[in-house]
Amino acid sequence: MHITPDTLIIFQWGSVSLNGTIFFTWCIMVLMVVGSWLITRKLSTETHLSKWQNLIEVLVTGIRDEIRDISSQDPGRYLSFVGTLFLFIAVSNLLGIVPGYVPPTGSFSTTAALAICVFVAIPFYGISQKGLSYLKQYIEPSMFMLPFNIIGEISRTFALAVRLFGNIMSGTIIAAILLSIAPLIFPVLMQILGLLIGLIQAYIFAILAMVYIAAATRVQRMKKETGRQNEKGDLSDG
Amino acid sequence: MDNVSIIGAISIIASGLTMAIGSIAPALGEGRALAQALSSIAQQPDETNTITRTLFVGMAMVESTAIYCFVVSMILIFANPFWEYAVSKAGG
Repeated sequence: MHITPDTLIIFQWGSVSLNGTIFFTWCIMVLMVVGSWLITRKLSTETHLSKWQNLIEVLVTGIRDEIRDISSQDPGRYLSFVGTLFLFIAVSNLLGIVPGYVPPTGSFSTTAALAICVFVAIPFYGISQKGLSYLKQYIEPSMFMLPFNIIGEISRTFALAVRLFGNIMSGTIIAAILLSIAPLIFPVLMQILGLLIGLIQAYIFAILAMVYIAAATRVQRMKKETGRQNEKGDLSDG
Repeated sequence: MDNVSIIGAISIIASGLTMAIGSIAPALGEGRALAQALSSIAQQPDETNTITRTLFVGMAMVESTAIYCFVVSMILIFANPFWEYAVSKAGG
């Protein structure tokens, strides 16, 4: 049994091998890029929309509203990053109903790469928003907290990667185990649950990335109005 | 028992215990969070969206400890490094 698509070799030319993770990631990239290119090729502003344009508009406005709710800032700056994370993970998990497909998010390399993107994006947005004074928050209560702040930053990145990996991998493995025990109807129910979990995990990954970025970009404001504004700040140290 | 079977038996027992003990606390915590969120929604139905979003995010964080346990037990069963070392030693 393959725990991850990393060990699944699709093509092999001499010493160069193409494993399942890379192959299915490329499939998703082609699907999303070609799909959105085909849809946005003929956008219309009239009252009659095509079905696909309607779908894309619902997605984009939904993500924008969600970002605005969380960060209470203009969503335009974060839309490309958070929206890409959400769409990629959601498509990669939802395609699990296609036979023969193995979700690349069930491989730790993919989720670690996504989490490292978030890890890099947090100081990037923080510094671009507040300048180098962003770095001061690492020594915030006192100088001695510097290592703990850095450990917290790394551990939450690790948690982000392991959470997505564990959830998707568990779905794949449970389906494989059930197929050998009770192959008739029960695996279908677990697949349905797997679809739900996949979508929720995509949502959670994007939301957590946004919460971390929002916490990095508005520490200044929270310090001014202490106590009143901490409903989302509380979530930022996981 | 030789070394390989000791390693195999202990890996299986340990992975079972990891799952069993490691899922108690997250289950209790998630149950409490869900119960609290349900009563909050019953009191303030207007805030359902915010409560649900925060509930999902919080539950994902509570759940991550259970997911760590799951990953460790899966590693112990399917990709155990000690087992592979012992087998490669025994195989020469």
